[in-house]
Amino acid sequence: MDLSYGAEIESFREEVRKFLAANWPLQGEEAGRSREEQTRLFRERAIAEGYLCRNVPRKYGGSEQPADPLRAQVIREEFTAAHAPMEPRGIGTMMLVPTLLERGEEWQKEKFVGPTIRGEITWCQGYSEPGSGSDLASLKTRGELVGDDWVINGQKIWTSGAMEADYMFCLVRTEPEAPKHAGISYLLIDMKSPGIDVRPLRQMTGSSEFNEVFLTDVHTPRDWIVGKRGEGWLVSRTTLKHERNSIGAAAQSLGLLEGLVDLAKERRLGGRPAIEDPGIRRALVEIEGYVRAHQYSGYLQMTKGLKGEDAGIIQLMNKLNSTNIGHRVAHLAMEILGDEGLRAPSSRGLGLSAAGTSTESWIAQYMASLGIAIAGGTANIQRNVIAERGLGLPRDSAANRSK
Amino acid sequence: MDFDLSDEQRLLQETVSQFIQNECPPARLRELFDDEVGYDPVLWKGLAELGLAGIHLPGEYGGSELEILDLAAVSETLGSLAAPVPFLSHSLASLAIALGGSGEQKKRWLPGMASGDTLASVALAEEGGGWLPDQWKLGSGDRLSGAKEIVEFGGQADLFVVGLEGGRLGVVDRNASGVEIQRIEAADRTRRIVRIAFDETPVERLEEGGSEVASRVLDVGLVLVAADAFGGASKLVEMSVEYAKNREQFGVTIGHFQALKHQLANMAVEVEPTRALYWYAAHALDHVPDEASRSAAIAKSHITERFMQVARDATEAHGGIGYTWEGDTQILFKRAMFDRVFLGTPRLHQERAADLAGW
Repeated sequence: MDLSYGAEIESFREEVRKFLAANWPLQGEEAGRSREEQTRLFRERAIAEGYLCRNVPRKYGGSEQPADPLRAQVIREEFTAAHAPMEPRGIGTMMLVPTLLERGEEWQKEKFVGPTIRGEITWCQGYSEPGSGSDLASLKTRGELVGDDWVINGQKIWTSGAMEADYMFCLVRTEPEAPKHAGISYLLIDMKSPGIDVRPLRQMTGSSEFNEVFLTDVHTPRDWIVGKRGEGWLVSRTTLKHERNSIGAAAQSLGLLEGLVDLAKERRLGGRPAIEDPGIRRALVEIEGYVRAHQYSGYLQMTKGLKGEDAGIIQLMNKLNSTNIGHRVAHLAMEILGDEGLRAPSSRGLGLSAAGTSTESWIAQYMASLGIAIAGGTANIQRNVIAERGLGLPRDSAANRSK
Repeated sequence: MDFDLSDEQRLLQETVSQFIQNECPPARLRELFDDEVGYDPVLWKGLAELGLAGIHLPGEYGGSELEILDLAAVSETLGSLAAPVPFLSHSLASLAIALGGSGEQKKRWLPGMASGDTLASVALAEEGGGWLPDQWKLGSGDRLSGAKEIVEFGGQADLFVVGLEGGRLGVVDRNASGVEIQRIEAADRTRRIVRIAFDETPVERLEEGGSEVASRVLDVGLVLVAADAFGGASKLVEMSVEYAKNREQFGVTIGHFQALKHQLANMAVEVEPTRALYWYAAHALDHVPDEASRSAAIAKSHITERFMQVARDATEAHGGIGYTWEGDTQILFKRAMFDRVFLGTPRLHQERAADLAGW
């Protein structure tokens, strides 16, 4: 067992550090430019150096590096430590780009990949519908080919970032006669098209991060389809895999634990600092047990990946582990907050990781931990996956019948 | 980065597993479980001949010079098979002598312990849960009077490594004067325990290494118990899944029912990630001294608690058969009760982990 990255990777780390020292923050005249412009310039240089967009071919604007999880990890660590920008966050980089690279037509890659990874255009995801959540393949939004255009009618929901997005990648039923999974196509839509009506949904936290999107006779060109007609379900699987990985990272759980320990140090409970309360101390250690197990299981999965071996059932557990930790953290935070536990949540919204120590942001985390349990495949769906694919138990009979 | 057992470590686990399955198959385990004494010297001697009694001991005394991770990997395998062998306490006793004994003491005791000719155990806890070195009160002179609780296979051991006042250790021969051994009826019949009373009993002190030795022995013990608990807990998940795939009700195997599938998934999610938790704690004992004690405390408290809960869940998942003496889940259920308490309950080590973090 050896947790070091090895001499070769450590010397790579030195190169990354040197690059960062010289390039971020920007120097001289460039330091006076707008934040966006500085970020753009820096990303350009980091891509040229091979540090960002490593899985994207050069001809589409990436740095086309061989897959190397350890180098990627070192880059993440060093860029984070230096507070340097990485690839634009968001669903376009995380989900659409890998899908296009694997499944897209040449012209689609040329048109969309570069601007997306440079942060010039943003995307939203049109998957869920009011009647199609966990049973996504039952979706009803229809697309008909009329002349040279798809004409789309229906409604999408839980669409994060739809207000700002330039485009949507969308699952649409184009083959109504085909069996449910085989009737879906993966279409791209310009959000400026006539007939799109975006209405924000207000979350229980009071803030609005996602929307309903109504589509009425929306036109998109016939070749704005990824994969063939009826292959959309297959195409979308590429992307969901990416989303699961990103939500499952243990870094967020570690951040939450640190925030919780800070909270316990700052707040008083029963006339003394909460961190001195025996019940709180034990509860913190109990949560840390879950967080460390999650973190070290990440090391195990990384190792198996490097060796080209299957990590087994643990890979199916990342999201549920994060979700369970989020619940436990939320519960203990409320305990520590005492009588402040009835306050209103922060309306600024909240990232998935460190919650900060204000009462309002912890109340928001108390609620947001439920959002995490639901988004990207609910906890019960995760349990189905673990039971069926991991433990080899029979498939859900209702799901089988509906096929 | 290589956070995985080596091929040699997997082979070691496989060898131990094969040996136990051949020499102590379920019917034999059941026999020992129901037996009054519950100890099979031939089984232990066989394991010792495979090198298991001295994995971590120096080569000059007949050991294999391997690491704590190797010991822990073996402990996992023994736990998964509920092996009724004195591996845990014997390993800790020989570790104590290897770290704290003089050259002469090591030469006198370790070869017999590595070969399995001498069986040793550790006598640490004092009345009221005093598992920690700074809680030990037993006399510091060369004669002992008092008692030690929860000594694993103490009825069979030839030697006891005894925790003494000031966090020091000494060795007592079972035939020494004033030693009185009282059998305690514990639920776990795969690891029998006794209480030992001493009355002006001569003790030979281990003088090397100071009080560090006792805390190291305790830390290693915590990780070995954690590994045993992981092995047992994984086995219970596996048994429950197998049962769900075979037992039929309403015309289908019960594994079709989502309520049960989700229970089984939850059990797996409680257990599977803790493999890496015990690995890391063992690795820290070998290579990350700053994190060793705290990682051991977290692993022990966390995994034994999960083992206990999953044993309750597995019993339920087996329905009526799970509640019977004939059913197999009860054996691991009771092993979980032992693992939870031995070397200190989860509460004790959670408190220690909080202290060690400086909270």
